[in-house]
Amino acid sequence: MGSRASTLLREEEIEEIKKETGFSHSQITRLYSRFTSLDKGENGTLSREDFQRIPELAINPLGDRIINAFFPEGEDQVNFRGFMRTLAHFRPIEDNEKNKNAAPSEPLNSRTNKLLFAFRLYDLDRDDKISRDELLQVLRMMVGVNISDEQLGSIADRTIQEADTNGDNSISFNEFMKVLEKVDVEQKMSIRFLH
Amino acid sequence: MEDLWVAVLWGMKIWLYLIISLIMVPAMFGFSLGISETYMTILIKTLEWATLKLQKEKADEQTLKTSASNGLIQREDGSMEKELEELRRSRPKPPVGGDFTLSDCFYFSRKGIESIVEDEVTQRFSSEELVSWNLLTRTNNDFEYISLKLTLVYGLGIFVRYCILAPLRITLACIGLTWLVIGTSAVGFLPNSSVKYWLSEWVHVMCYRICARGLSAAIRYHNRENKPKKGGICVANHTTPIDIVILCNDGCYAMVGQVHGGLMGIVQRAMVRSCPHVWFERAEMKDRHLVTKRLKDHVNDKTKLPILIFPEGTCVNNTSVMMFKKGSFEIGATIYPVAIKYDPKFGDAFWNSSKYSMVSYLLRMMTSWALVCNVWYLPAMHQQEGEDAVQFANRVKSAIAHQGGLVDLQWDGGLKRAKVKETFREQQQKKYSNMVVGDESSNSD
Repeated sequence: MGSRASTLLREEEIEEIKKETGFSHSQITRLYSRFTSLDKGENGTLSREDFQRIPELAINPLGDRIINAFFPEGEDQVNFRGFMRTLAHFRPIEDNEKNKNAAPSEPLNSRTNKLLFAFRLYDLDRDDKISRDELLQVLRMMVGVNISDEQLGSIADRTIQEADTNGDNSISFNEFMKVLEKVDVEQKMSIRFLH
Repeated sequence: MEDLWVAVLWGMKIWLYLIISLIMVPAMFGFSLGISETYMTILIKTLEWATLKLQKEKADEQTLKTSASNGLIQREDGSMEKELEELRRSRPKPPVGGDFTLSDCFYFSRKGIESIVEDEVTQRFSSEELVSWNLLTRTNNDFEYISLKLTLVYGLGIFVRYCILAPLRITLACIGLTWLVIGTSAVGFLPNSSVKYWLSEWVHVMCYRICARGLSAAIRYHNRENKPKKGGICVANHTTPIDIVILCNDGCYAMVGQVHGGLMGIVQRAMVRSCPHVWFERAEMKDRHLVTKRLKDHVNDKTKLPILIFPEGTCVNNTSVMMFKKGSFEIGATIYPVAIKYDPKFGDAFWNSSKYSMVSYLLRMMTSWALVCNVWYLPAMHQQEGEDAVQFANRVKSAIAHQGGLVDLQWDGGLKRAKVKETFREQQQKKYSNMVVGDESSNSD
């Protein structure tokens, strides 16, 4: 299994992924072997079922939304490149990356991109707005049957009121960023990847 | 042409005689000529040398080694309460009527992504990662070509393993199994008496010893004074069907299980003739009451051998112990916990049943270096007052995990094939709801 993992991943591919995601060489090869072990169909891509087979993810109230973040709209397979791109959102921001403003495009693990990941968990229909209805649905996923419709409704109303500045009764990404501007997104949306 | 046949036959004869005199006879009476010990010493030296060599070549890539043993990420182990508290610290004021912030999803996202990168369950069903290469092709992860010397030793290893050890081990395993069938059937004709029990035990142990040599098993038993006694239940962690051979090398057990067809069926039917094992038909297995009753009857008969049960119900890769099914702990018998830990350096003992069939697994084992393992007998345990079967099972599991140096997991090994139950997600939702609406709902449960 392990030997297959390192032979199937070409050196150029590793280089490209390294450039795009910022993961180190050994992180990439090890994540690749994780990828292949999740890939029960052995076709080089992961399906939603492959993710759902991880029990810890299956019991996560937002598990389905997180899985969804790996799949571009309308697709139901994700390859290793896409897998890594999504994971890269959770790389911690290193000191040397902070100062590098000259980067051609914003790194995947920037504060904005981390927030965008969270925003899209709520934005079910991908219209770049969180409506009251969407917020309610996501809240329902998180709390299950334990809170009444009425109470959840008032939570949703209040949350939207707090964030909504232009009065359209929904939360845009800008409003989302604004309302969370004091939160330590950099740390809370990061995983400590080892070498 | 004639001459050639004579030579071949003659060679075969010598081969058999050698096996019988050097391996079978010692195995029958349980002593050793020191051949396997010498082999093990040479093996350990070789592997040590290979490790040194690898370290020298890869001195600059030390990180690779350390990370292989530590995993890919470092998890934050804070509870949901603590982490959400931290997330909400930046909020201006906790409003009335439900405490929710948009950043609460950060916690779930991070947990979710962490479990995608690394999780406690699925990784227990694939082979353990090794710190250093043990000169077997199948475990060569990242070090492909290292040096000429190593490659030569590796080549020599292939020759020894496939051309010398494998045929020898296959012969031994065949002899062992045939003996088991013939021996136990023959003993089965004797009238019930102490001689029969004694003979039956001797035949069993002898056959298992021959089989163990067929796997070059080097087993160390610790705390023999705690060995399971008659009228009890021995529970152990489960890595492979070979666990049975390992444990039975040191004494006999009554097996519990389903009647199989084919070769296994023949062996099972022969075994039950000489000593009372508890075999169930497939349909009977589903009837929990019947199973419990037959186990109870067996345990209450103090002349019968201790029952051997693997309460995990599935093979785990020997890095952890997973949930113990409560069935064997409901009977009320004395429980004798046993911890089995294999040394992965000499060959991967874990049977990944979704990937390999029984036969190909056995062939892999027979072409590995050896099967080195430690067996610890733990002091007998009893169900305490006010403790239900599940709690008792967990206590026994922790004891085994602690002794064997294994990770103690709550997860059900059945997740290897089945999906996780919806109730576990509901528990998480409940926990989170309590944080949102505060005490209102926690009062009600």
